Parts: sequence; structure tokens; C-alpha cells
Amino acid sequence: MLTYYLGLSAILFSIGVAGVIVRRNAIIMFMCIELMLNAVNLSFIALSPYAGIEGQVFVFFVIAVAAAEAAVGLAIIIALFRHVESVDVRNFSLLRW
Amino acid sequence: MELDFQTSVDYFWALLPEIVLSLWAMGVLLADVFQKGSRSEASRPAIAWLALAGIAAAAVANVWLMTVTGTGGMIAVDGFRIFANFILLLAAALAILVSMGYLDRHAMNRGEFYVLLMFAVVGMMILASAQDLILLFVGLELMSVAIYVLVGFNRRDPRSGEAALKYFLLGAFASAFLLYGIALVFGATGTTDLALLAETIGTGVQDAPLLLMMGVGLLAVGFAFKVAAMPFHVWTPDAYDGAPTPITALMATGVKAAAFAALLRVFAVSFGGLHETWVVAFWWLAALTMIGANLVALTQGSVKRMLAYSSIAHAGYVLVAVVAANAVGAAAFLFYLLVYTLMTAGAFGIVIANARGDRERVSLEDYAGLGWQQPVMAAAFAIFLLSLAGFPLTGGFIGKLYILRAALAADQVPLAVILVMASLISYFYYLRVVIVMYMRPAPAADTHAGLTASRPLQVAVGVAAIGVILLFFAPAMVLDAAQGSVAGLFIAQEALFGLSRGP
Amino acid sequence: MIESYLPILILLAISVVNAVVILGLTYLVSPYRPTSVKSAPYESGMPGLGGTRDRFSVKFYVVAILFIVFDVETVFLVPWAVAMRDLGWEGFAAAMIFIFILTVGLIYEWKKGALEWD
Repeated sequence: MLTYYLGLSAILFSIGVAGVIVRRNAIIMFMCIELMLNAVNLSFIALSPYAGIEGQVFVFFVIAVAAAEAAVGLAIIIALFRHVESVDVRNFSLLRW
Repeated sequence: MELDFQTSVDYFWALLPEIVLSLWAMGVLLADVFQKGSRSEASRPAIAWLALAGIAAAAVANVWLMTVTGTGGMIAVDGFRIFANFILLLAAALAILVSMGYLDRHAMNRGEFYVLLMFAVVGMMILASAQDLILLFVGLELMSVAIYVLVGFNRRDPRSGEAALKYFLLGAFASAFLLYGIALVFGATGTTDLALLAETIGTGVQDAPLLLMMGVGLLAVGFAFKVAAMPFHVWTPDAYDGAPTPITALMATGVKAAAFAALLRVFAVSFGGLHETWVVAFWWLAALTMIGANLVALTQGSVKRMLAYSSIAHAGYVLVAVVAANAVGAAAFLFYLLVYTLMTAGAFGIVIANARGDRERVSLEDYAGLGWQQPVMAAAFAIFLLSLAGFPLTGGFIGKLYILRAALAADQVPLAVILVMASLISYFYYLRVVIVMYMRPAPAADTHAGLTASRPLQVAVGVAAIGVILLFFAPAMVLDAAQGSVAGLFIAQEALFGLSRGP
Repeated sequence: MIESYLPILILLAISVVNAVVILGLTYLVSPYRPTSVKSAPYESGMPGLGGTRDRFSVKFYVVAILFIVFDVETVFLVPWAVAMRDLGWEGFAAAMIFIFILTVGLIYEWKKGALEWD
């Protein structure tokens, strides 16, 4: 049973990684990162009955951190949008990649 | 004082520097917002000095922490933590000093800048001394989130915003890898406590070796992103280039030092039992970073970007000490982080000083003739560059020497050779700046006239320059402190496996 | 264990087939005679007020961010409230420290004017 949960978590995480690499819209890239974090949360919850209660505690912290990251990340995207009028990272080329 | 972490009160004492700094930062935040209300006018200079006083208060609390011992908590109370805290507070103090004039010049003097900086330092201190993976993650994110904002703090400059976005996306991406690694390690061992991890892994019997290996691998990737080791460095030059220069200095010094301290704690201490496995990955990371970063730095026309690649290269040198993973390596590691903090913060201080109005003059040509028109500034820059290159008479030389010794003690001869070769490459681009400063004439007799470094910046650069020189002539004092502070780090591990790598 | 998910799979299959059949039949059978009134977007009988991609004030965004931060606060406070008697005074003190830090943030927002619409 645990294998299925961990497998699902790994698949979700991989989808998130692929999204960050393939997509060029900053907001969608950020959503993919959130997907990765939540995939990890699934792993923590699934492992918790076997490995200990810390797994569930960790999930709370990840949720809180993800919220803080979302607030800051979206603020950065908005601040940049006011200059560039775009959320496509290909248009952000003042600094060379 | 002896702490056993049986009650929560023990945590209050063990976290005193962090608590002092957090409360102080909150106080500064409220003082700033009550002083000027909702009007977004510039903050008074007093806010900056208040922030500096907060760093000093945390340093005092850190001195008091030297009298405390404790084991078994989520936070380490050992010499390594205290030494690391001093480095981080030093990096923060230098960053605040070089910020003062800079923020006025760029019309972004807001109290929030210093508050975020202090919160970032709290995050660094927690990251560097976490004894539990939960706390490590929280400290890492506290540091990162504050730095994301600081990188984009110059809202009028699209470059600043772009740097913030790139740093944010890749930083969050790396955090997710780190977190996944933590989840798998937790699943394989059933604990998030670093000391328990060392024991569980040290026994050599694993229920889920595959899960553990994947977890260690993902953690390595996450940390490699955070310390900007090649090939996980792609965000570094852009983030360093676009960020306000005092924040670039803080990222190159404090953020990197904190991430390295956590890296050493997790890998060299907790995953000590898996040394043979992860050392291969870090060997290649170190070699690639040293050679690659130095080669790319050769091609950079902007001094700020060149310093960014130089900071990547230095991550490679420090990784050599991590690969050595013995007590000599850990002491060399701390010594190098201290020298590196001084010389990098000083070099970025000069980059800040060499500016006219809100335009920084970062191209190589902008430094032509600086040596004759601004002799003090150029001499300080020359000291930092020579130290970064590892020339004798500077602390950078001693730092590299100690890392070489640690590498040889751990039988890492090829890596030591690569380190020397990479340093030789780096001579070209560091010396090029020095030669341009002294050998190439300035376009006009008054090109560099009227470059006025603010008094706090002069203090910061002066302290850094004296520190760099002192560390060459009197390294023993600092090295003894470093050796004493890492003594406790490997004791448990050696008792466990009866192994002692190196002397 | 995995077999118990079979009904869900069947349900999914039926819904997909159902939707495809209905939409497909409509497309094939129904007459298509659009007028400007018929093809206008349906807004509960009201005349439309402009496009859907209008810019709206950044203030909504500030409110949303403040909401997220205080929303996540409950993630910590609800489990604490449920277990408050077991956690005792130590837990109470920890929760109060947490609320104190949030209050500092709230005061900051208030003085900064983020809670006012104008």
C-alpha cells in the first residue's frame, strides 16, 4: 500500500519538475513548484504511520512555508509585471541566463 | 549552564541569540512604521544604526552562549554553532554598513530593508545550527523568503525584479528537492533528528537502503543549488548581478556560509556512515565548480558578475573541505568561511563605492586609473582581490593552505591538485582588475574624482581589509578557535564507528 | 486493496462516455443558427459589462495575500486548540508567542495602511 502512495507522490513530483522545466509562464512554473511541495507532503503523510509522527508535523510547516512563499513569489511576479507587462520568463532578458 | 532540553524553557536559553535578534527586528519594524505612518518616505538613518545594534546584541547573546552546553535538543549548542553564528553576524553587520549610503543613493531607504535583513540572519543562524531536519527546513525558508524580497527590493529597477524572480523560482525549486530528500531520509530511518540519524545510519543496517540513497541524493542536489555549486549554479550570476549590491554581498557571504554549515552538519556528521557513497558526488561537484567557475569568470566583462563567478569558484574550494570530512577539514572550513566573508564583503563594498549617483560602474574599463586617483580605495580592492586569488600576505592564502592540508590528510591528492590548478587560473581574472586599476590610464584626469564612499562603508571596508591581513599574520588564534569549536562535532561519530579520518 | 477502487474507475468511464455521447449527439443533430444575442456570454440575464480579461485593482491582491497569511495561521492554531488541555501551559505559552508574532505583523499592516481600501 505504502508503495502506491510513494509512487503517486513520485509521479506528482516528477510532473512538477517537468512543468518547471518545460513551461515558460512564471505563474505556471510557480504552480508546478507548489505541486512538488504537495507531492512531498503526500510522501510525509504516507510515511508517517511507519516512520513516526514527525511526518505529520512536517506537513504543517511545509503548508505554512508554502503560503509565505506564495505571498512573496506572487508579489515579485506582480512587481516585475509592472515593468515588463508579461509573465513569460523568455521576456526577462535584462540579465543573461 | 547545562541544558538537557527536557522542558521548553531550555529552548529559550539555547535560542537566545535568535530570540534577541527576532524581537529586535520586530521592534525596529514597529519603530519604523510608527515613526512615519503609511507615507512611504525615506526612513531615518537611526533605523540602520538600530539594526546594527540588534546585530551587536545578538553577538553578545552569542558570547554568553559560549558558557552553555547542551545535547539532545532540536538546536545544537556547540562550538561549531557559535563560530558559525559569529561569521553570520559579521556578514550581516558588514552588509548593513555598506547598505547605509547605498540605499539613500538609490532612493530606497526603507526600514523594511534592515528588518528583512535581520530576519534573514535569524534564518541563517537557525539553518546553521539546526539539529533536526524540520528546524533546518524552517530556517532555510526563513532565510530564503527574506532574501527573495531583498533581491527585488529596488522596485524601480526591472533588473532587480528580474533577479528576484529568477532567484525565487530556482530557490523554491531547489527547496522542493531538499524537502523531498528529507522526506525519503525520514521514511528510510524513521527520524528527523540529526544525531539519531547519525546513529541509525552508522549501524550500517538499513530497512530501506534504496529510499535512503535517493533521499541523500536529493538532499545533495538541494544543497548544491543553495551553495551554488556547478552545475546547479545557473541562478547565481543573474541573481547576484541584479540584486542591490549590499544584498549581493550578503548572499555571497552569509547565505552561502549558512547553507555550507548546514551541509557540513548533515553530510559530514549525520551521513558520516555513508561517507564513501556521497563523497563521490561531492568530489565531482567540487572539481567541476572549481574548474568551470574559474574558466567562466575569465570571460566576464563586468566586475560584479566576475565576483559572482568568483563566489561560485570559492564554493568549490569549500566543498573540498567538506569532501575531506574530518576534523581538520571542518576547522579549515570555518577558517575559510571567515576569510571568505571578509574579503567578499569588502570587494562588494568597493563595487558599491565605485559609483556615481545611482549608476554603478561595474565594467572593467570603469576601474582604469583608479589606483592613482583613488589610492586608498584601489589599495583595499587590490587586497581583497589578491586574497580571493590566494596570494601570500593575505588571509585567503592561509585559508587555501588549510583546505589543502585537510584534503591531503584525507588522501584527496587529485582534488588538491585541481584546487591549485584552479587557483592558478583565477590569478588571471583577479590580477587583470588590479592591472587595469594601476597600469591603464584613466580616460580623464577627473574620471574618478568625487567618488565619495560613505563613512560606514569606509569602516566596513577598513575592517574587512585589516581582517584579511591579520588572518595572514596571526591565523593561529582564529584557527585554534575553529579547531576547538569543531572538536565536539565528530566525537559522537568517532565513538560510534571507531574511525577517525585524518589526524 | 487496489481492487476496491474499481467502482471509481467504472464511474469515471461511464461519466466520460456519457459526456462524449451527449456532446457528440448535440453537435451532430442540433441546428446551428447563431444571432448576436444568442452568442453573447450568459450573465444571468444581465447585459454584459465588458470583457473577462479586464485589469482589476492591485488592492484585491493585497487583501488576498493578507488572507493567505492569516488563513494559514489556523493550520497551527486549530490543532493546538483541539489538544489544548493535553498540552497544558507550555503549549499555551507557545501558542501565545505565535499569536504575538502574528500581531506584530498585523500592527505593521495596519499602520502601513494595507487594511484600508483607499
